[in-house]
Amino acid sequence: MTTPRRWWKTIIGLALTGVMLFPVYWMINVSFTRDRDMRKSPPSWFPADPTLDGYRAVIDQQLPYLGTSLLVGLGTVALTLVIAAPAAYSLARLRPRGGTALSFALLIAQMIPGIIMAMGLYATYLNLGVLNTLPGLIVADTTLAVPFAVLILTTFMTGIPRELLHAARVDGAGTVRTFWSIVLPVSRNATVTVALFTFLWAWSDFIYASTLDSGGDHQPITLGIYHYIGNNNQQWNAIMATAVVASIPATALLVVAQRYVTAGVTAGAVKD
Amino acid sequence: MTRTAPAPTRRPASTRGGPVRQGPGHRRAAWAAWGFLVPITAYLLAFYAYPMYRNLELSLRHYTVRSFVQGDAPFTGFANYLKVLTDATFVPALWHTVVFTVVSLAFQFTLGLGLALFFARHFPLSATLRALFLVPWLLPLIVSASTWAWMLNSDSGVINAALGAIGAGPVNWLTSPDWSLWSVTIANIWIGVPFNLVVLYSGLQAISPAVYEAAALDGATGWQRFRHVTLPLLRPVSAITLLLGLVYTLKVFDIIWIMTKGGPSGSSTTLSTWSYRLGFGNLVPAFGPGAAVGNILIAIALAFGLLYIRLQRRQDPS
Repeated sequence: MTTPRRWWKTIIGLALTGVMLFPVYWMINVSFTRDRDMRKSPPSWFPADPTLDGYRAVIDQQLPYLGTSLLVGLGTVALTLVIAAPAAYSLARLRPRGGTALSFALLIAQMIPGIIMAMGLYATYLNLGVLNTLPGLIVADTTLAVPFAVLILTTFMTGIPRELLHAARVDGAGTVRTFWSIVLPVSRNATVTVALFTFLWAWSDFIYASTLDSGGDHQPITLGIYHYIGNNNQQWNAIMATAVVASIPATALLVVAQRYVTAGVTAGAVKD
Repeated sequence: MTRTAPAPTRRPASTRGGPVRQGPGHRRAAWAAWGFLVPITAYLLAFYAYPMYRNLELSLRHYTVRSFVQGDAPFTGFANYLKVLTDATFVPALWHTVVFTVVSLAFQFTLGLGLALFFARHFPLSATLRALFLVPWLLPLIVSASTWAWMLNSDSGVINAALGAIGAGPVNWLTSPDWSLWSVTIANIWIGVPFNLVVLYSGLQAISPAVYEAAALDGATGWQRFRHVTLPLLRPVSAITLLLGLVYTLKVFDIIWIMTKGGPSGSSTTLSTWSYRLGFGNLVPAFGPGAAVGNILIAIALAFGLLYIRLQRRQDPS
């Protein structure tokens, strides 16, 4: 292929990316638009007279929500890894009888629609008295990630060279020791992938937040935005500014850890 | 919502470490193996199996708010299912689910495939642009949904402004029963294209260049190469992408609920938003019927889900 032709593709590619990312641009544009320009017709295509009012509203009103989301995200990551990593090690290397059935159960588990999980969890939580609590929300959010985490980690741990584990055994390391000192450190990349996606999903969760934590004192940012819209709030710059801030983890993820993201997606991450 | 499944492509090729089963430590090894599985087993039982059981129970009893708390609701068999199936909302909701799913999948897949083909040959900046295409897929759904809601606003939305500029009349995207389902479908297509792009791209990369060279030597034109080489070789990956997309599109809830709440007058209600409305959306919750709708949805999703697992097993015998 000749060089000019390749540059043509770059130009077309830029145009396509522009079209695809237009909604993202529009969100940013609106977040800087003044209230009085909000219903202008036609709308301004770029913030000619920008304002930070929207972002001021975020700082005034949304910081607690952001803090809650951060906490829920970190808690979900920790709990997911604690449950998934030992399971993956066992399924990949120790391979007990019945392991296949468990893997199958995990595949099925991740196909269950969230709304159904939410209803079942609601009934369960009501009896346990953990509705509208953060631990309850964290546990619910882990159901978004645990099957994925086990699958990714199992695939990765299966690929660890047998010699490495054998050497550990010769040196007298037991199963637990091998897992903790060899398998976990070696699986760092897969663990990072899992942690990043888990955080993102917990951060983005709306369905569990709205069903299990809608009356809670501490609510995540997705509910913060939802209340904004629901209040018939006409301050779309504030709504969109919150949306921009809520998008920061996703963007950071893509910038900092792009190769992990692509690995996670091709490992079959599906968003619905 | 986000969910995942194992890769149709790029699995490490059979480097499975075998279990250490010989020797006197055999039984102890088996115990250790299950010891590591105790947390996940307990977890699956407590937070998947039990809620699913509760859900089934909800659908088979007549629950009121009081009996919901006290747990003494009378058993009513399939009364909730009968009530739901004969409800005037059922047929439209099912139909909207089908339209939403089929149209979303068709466009996501076609656009994803076109883009994957476009990006298949490297060009300057191609990796960066491909990464940027992932952004819609990574954004929280509430962000995407509220952005689209404002873009599609009848009076001040940028879409109607653009339509006005080319002389087309304003469309009441979210407030007209004729358009609401299309609006949420458009937003959902936008969110799903990146996934199709990335998976199909990795599928294309897995096709050996030698096959194309052979086809080119035989004098195949670009279209013939696509039609007779790329498409057949991409079929396994395509089938899995579509089936998985189907299972996950069936349960889309956030986008529709945030953009239209299933309205106006039920015109964008799908099975999942209906289930939510019954269980959580009203002042007086109807948990029984809500759970019944949910279980109908799960039956449909699992039917296709099992088909997916079968397909994948056949391709990836490990």
